[in-house]
Amino acid sequence: MAARDTTVGARPGPVRLRAEGRRWGEVAVKGLLAACALVSVATTAGIVVALLEPSVEFFSDVSIVDFFSGDRWAPLFNPPSFGVQPLLVGTFMVTVWACLVALPFGLGAAVYLSEYARPGVRRALKPALEVLAGIPTVVFGFFALTFFTPLLDDLGVEVGIFNVLSAGLVMGVMLIPTVASISEDAMTAVPQELRDGAHALGASRLQVSTRIVIPAAVSGIVASYVLAVSRAVGETMIVLIAAGGLAQITVDPREPAQTMTAFIGATGLGDVPTGSIEYKTIFAVGLALFVVTFAMNILSIRLVRKYREIYE
Amino acid sequence: MSVARAPAVIGRRPRRDKVRGALFYGLLLVSVSIGFVLLGTLIVDVLRKGIGYLDPLLLTEPTSTDPDKAGAGPAILGTIYMMLILLVAVVPLGVGTAIYLEEYANRERWYNRLLELNIQNLAAVPSIVYGILGLAFLVRGLGLGRVLLAGALILTLLVLPTVIVASREAIRAVPDSIRQGAYALGATQWQVVARQVLPAAIPGIATGSILALARAIGETAPLLLVGALTYVAVNPTLLGSFTALPVQIYQWISRPQDEFRLLAAAAIIVLLAILLTMNAFAIWLRNRYQKRW
Repeated sequence: MAARDTTVGARPGPVRLRAEGRRWGEVAVKGLLAACALVSVATTAGIVVALLEPSVEFFSDVSIVDFFSGDRWAPLFNPPSFGVQPLLVGTFMVTVWACLVALPFGLGAAVYLSEYARPGVRRALKPALEVLAGIPTVVFGFFALTFFTPLLDDLGVEVGIFNVLSAGLVMGVMLIPTVASISEDAMTAVPQELRDGAHALGASRLQVSTRIVIPAAVSGIVASYVLAVSRAVGETMIVLIAAGGLAQITVDPREPAQTMTAFIGATGLGDVPTGSIEYKTIFAVGLALFVVTFAMNILSIRLVRKYREIYE
Repeated sequence: MSVARAPAVIGRRPRRDKVRGALFYGLLLVSVSIGFVLLGTLIVDVLRKGIGYLDPLLLTEPTSTDPDKAGAGPAILGTIYMMLILLVAVVPLGVGTAIYLEEYANRERWYNRLLELNIQNLAAVPSIVYGILGLAFLVRGLGLGRVLLAGALILTLLVLPTVIVASREAIRAVPDSIRQGAYALGATQWQVVARQVLPAAIPGIATGSILALARAIGETAPLLLVGALTYVAVNPTLLGSFTALPVQIYQWISRPQDEFRLLAAAAIIVLLAILLTMNAFAIWLRNRYQKRW
């Protein structure tokens, strides 16, 4: 009380706005939040360490040249053979068939949503597409195996019980929402003035869509394509269920095939002894899978940033 | 001298253009409907196949070699337990990370930009790779074994990026004027976040978290690697062997007998019913509580 200057008429001193001291509670909270953020960093580090260590051991047993140049994949046979090419070809074939469906139809759906649909229709369709994206892949696998493969058979495509075609096509439909959602975001970011200008010059809706909007949104569309490819490469359950487990090099989609993911799934579900060569193959194939998808994810993220920079 | 050309007709398009436009529009309609046609066919097909096996036994009994006695009781419980652990683990971690990135992190710093890139990449890492992580660190490294907790923790890491992204969007949607108003009244940064920003962002965070949970309980591949594909006759415990509904479905699909396929269809109906309920609840939550600023 005594310290306070209450003299009437005295000029008030400058008010101190700075805090008296460091607020340790605030510092602690910030540290705690940063620790939460570190969990995701630790996850990535964990994935890299988990994959690298057994892979290094694997490649000290199996030459890396044989791994990539060998055309016979039979790690559980005696004598074993570790040529990864059948898995790469299998992965490639499934991805190609999935993309044949997902890329054109995903783009078409995006153009429809962005350029043709009325706002009400669009508001209803977008969450509905999300539902499609939320169906578990084990369910799509069941559908491919027990409905789509027999359907193809009835249509005269002589497919085996397990085949690449059915798995790839069903996966393609599953990926339509992925492509549509990112592409549509990119198209919505294209300024309205570009469309108005083209319409003023007499362009039809088709021309505006294909010559103005799609070229202007191309980095976002490519980003969605790259992400779809990455997801097709990484998808496990549909191929595990519907494409079978035969690691072979073939371009005939009516034949069964094994992908990298399906191999990991099929081998990992048993109780594989730690340190055995089968155990290490899981990690070597996993590393190959991670590297491929990582490269595509980063490319896709960069492309998305590009269109955001241009128009936002 | 050039020959006079017919004057252009203004306001009318050549017939060819009209046909092209109509064709293009047709293609777009096909593109947008193909997914729904498949979804509809899938649901009808699964209902047709599974309805005969959809009975109380399915919900309570453990699996068996006799399809008429087999059920998914322990699997459903396993899924529910994992969902509870997930909820407790993933929401605080995800929301904490989102708050850090949106409210505290200085984006000029390289490590914060790297953190964002890292999260975006994690969101697209194949789920089976998370399974490998679980196999290496939780099952073998920590020596947890093939237990429910390992499965739940792996699913936590798997959907963490989804929760972070959804929470960030919800936090970003809170207008800055609210933060500045609170600061002007003398609130500290944490007071602003905890008393103003978070309460306003809760509907968005809840919606995103429920959708992420729905995604997690449909996951099969990572659980295969942490050993969910086992015969479990008793109800699961935290540190005991376990199975989950999608894994049980996979196991039944891979049996050769047709009866087990039908049983799988019945279990798929249960799984889809759970997921659709969660989705519907999330959408209702968003529509009911989301504020427009």
